Amino acid sequence: MSANKQTTDTILAGASISGVEMNGAEMVLQAFRDNGVEHVFGYPGGAVLPIYDEIFQQDDVEHILVRHEQGAGHAAEGYARSTGKPGVVVVTSGPGATNMVTALTDAMMDSIPLVCITGQVPTHLIGNDAFQECDTVGITRPCTKHNWLVKSIDDLPGILHEAFHVATTGRPGPVVVDIPKDIQFAKGLYTTGQRRYHKSYHPQREGDAHAIRMAVQALASAKKPVLYTGGGVINSGDGATAKLRELAELTGFPVTSTLMGLGAYPASSDKWLGMLGMHGTYEANMVMHDCDVMFCIGARFDDRITGRTDAFSPDSIKIHLDIDPSSINKNIEVDIPIVGDIEYVLAAIIHVWKEEQRKTDIPAVKDWWRQIEKWRGRKSLAYRKNDDVIMPQYAIERLYEASKNHDTYITTEVGQHQMWAAQYFGFDEPNHWMTSGGLGTMGYGFPAAMGVQVAHRDALVIDIAGDASIQMMLQELSTCVQFDLPVKIFILNNQYMGMVRQWQQLLHGNRLSNSYSEALPDFVKLAEAYGAVGLSCEKPGDLDDKIAEMIEVQKPVIFDCRVASLTNCFPMIPSGKAHNEMLLGDEVDDEDIDKAIDEEGATLV
Amino acid sequence: MSNEQPKSAYFLVQNGEQEVTHTLSVLVDDEPGVLARVIGLFSGRGYNIESLTVSETEHESHLSRITIVTKGTPRVLEQIKNQLARIVPVHAVKDLTTIALERGNDKPLERELALVKVCSTGENRLEALRLADAFKAEVVDATTDHFIFQMTGRTPRVEQFVSVMGPLGLVEVCKTGVAAVSRGPEGMMGEDA
Repeated sequence: MSANKQTTDTILAGASISGVEMNGAEMVLQAFRDNGVEHVFGYPGGAVLPIYDEIFQQDDVEHILVRHEQGAGHAAEGYARSTGKPGVVVVTSGPGATNMVTALTDAMMDSIPLVCITGQVPTHLIGNDAFQECDTVGITRPCTKHNWLVKSIDDLPGILHEAFHVATTGRPGPVVVDIPKDIQFAKGLYTTGQRRYHKSYHPQREGDAHAIRMAVQALASAKKPVLYTGGGVINSGDGATAKLRELAELTGFPVTSTLMGLGAYPASSDKWLGMLGMHGTYEANMVMHDCDVMFCIGARFDDRITGRTDAFSPDSIKIHLDIDPSSINKNIEVDIPIVGDIEYVLAAIIHVWKEEQRKTDIPAVKDWWRQIEKWRGRKSLAYRKNDDVIMPQYAIERLYEASKNHDTYITTEVGQHQMWAAQYFGFDEPNHWMTSGGLGTMGYGFPAAMGVQVAHRDALVIDIAGDASIQMMLQELSTCVQFDLPVKIFILNNQYMGMVRQWQQLLHGNRLSNSYSEALPDFVKLAEAYGAVGLSCEKPGDLDDKIAEMIEVQKPVIFDCRVASLTNCFPMIPSGKAHNEMLLGDEVDDEDIDKAIDEEGATLV
Repeated sequence: MSNEQPKSAYFLVQNGEQEVTHTLSVLVDDEPGVLARVIGLFSGRGYNIESLTVSETEHESHLSRITIVTKGTPRVLEQIKNQLARIVPVHAVKDLTTIALERGNDKPLERELALVKVCSTGENRLEALRLADAFKAEVVDATTDHFIFQMTGRTPRVEQFVSVMGPLGLVEVCKTGVAAVSRGPEGMMGEDA
């Protein structure tokens, strides 16, 4: 074993180590190195002890010991989203694997590349209800892009490489490699070249040339255009972001984005309309409703975006660019579908646009912009300032101001604070905004921030949290202290599950069933108990100083920001309404809220 | 705007589109769990399976062919095909019904096989045998008390046979589900297959 280890190390110093004999656990670590993995999030247990033994004996891959496997999963998601590299997780069998399910599902919904190695009971015990056995591949089948149960050491190297390939190519997603303990011990030949790719797996990169020409024609004919972008732009990479910006510049079209796509197009640009959808800006949603050509780039017409589908952008030609054919025509029928990688297809579109000497219909688009300015004039993000109580929107605005001179990464939990963060924090670069969009996982933000901080040690990483969400993954504070990860948890503490309360107010006669945060901990003392720093702020006048203090501290911080407790998150498209029927904060009073959702029975969910 | 929406966090749609039945052929790598992936997709996304058959068809390349008869609106059928194609070990998804319609046929060539056990005596036994003959069903096992008929044909005809055997002492039925191919010389994967 040690002799073999030496061989491995010697060869590592050189080039390829293909063809060397090693055991399964060594192969896992070698495959990590060969796939550029520098950090792994995980939690040991009986079925992964051989892998942990290997982790112990090397320095190339740093292991971050979490306090709960779900934390490892979200940390890996934050790591992946902020770097463009896959996040890697190692967990044990049984509860280790089942605790990963939420994070895997989250990554599946938001197309985040994760490679999760799970231990499994030895092959001869599989199916015997052995200690800490569960059907990991069965349980994770619907929440992974693909998964493998490794039954032979000969298959292991190929599967490991294929796992990285599948997770990171096409529409990215989580994968699970389930490795029985006897396979981790078994010896075999490690290979790199001979990847056991499924021949059936070949994501499409280049878009159809005809569709691209049709799209260019439609864009050039547009009088009221909009670019509706999503998380796919960020997944496609920096090239896609650059192409998107080039296209917007070339055409002069307005740009809006989903929650997942924030940062791909700079919020500081004059062509930026703000986020669209249920809590999007008035101008973004009105543009979506009234446009005549909509170019959807890497977004998927999610129900939080469309509102009522039968009234969604009724008069537009819809172009949809997505790498996943199953995203096309799923919720909204489109006129020009293009399957391909955003970077490649946008490059082709720009090329054709220039080649055919296409020009934007400038007079028409100018009129369109005049209309947009009118909508902007409604100032849908305005809110009533208060000198005595911190308004949550104000807190985000101040946080944004204070963090402008830093390399800032923002993660969020799920709820009102998430929407306020999306609305009031401006993102100018991709990969700086990590949030649970599709699954809506409370508890995502803090471990995700931890993962971001692992990848960006000197950055300012802030988890904008709610008082309820933060309690779902709080244990990771211990991880942050252990690994010197100075993550800042900025809690908008309104003592409610604010979004639940808001919906109860809107939909269920203001009967606030179980949405009050009873028995909240003293967050300052809690932080101190973990060896972190606790700060608290109650007055708007103190906020800037306290935020400055938080940023200054080189330790994990819990910032208990006491905000107005009953603030609702506006603007809002109430359920069953179209984009042009928004509720706006300014003009909302209690009567409007009562009328917002029609009386036809709160019976169905 | 109509006010029919109940209070909900989701927009609820009543889909008035007509559902149609299509037969899909899915070529997959024959590996553990592949059938579970396909079936899980149907149950997880709420699609219908009217019939499903699977068998390894190309032993050397370890390929299996799954034939699925499913029902849905045209948009749901498009989703089913796209979602199936997203599964990593899936090589190809062909809509045999669409192919048949494009080629001017009504349907793809579809067959299923049924084994039908009938226990009866006297006139009923004779009647069962006469009907089996009329349906071109074959006797594959018999004692003085029973027959087992093997019946191959299109699904409606197989079902008709089973139903006429009902009053004649039908004991049990086993059906294979639909196997289907497109009519004409082309293979599932086109010319180069």
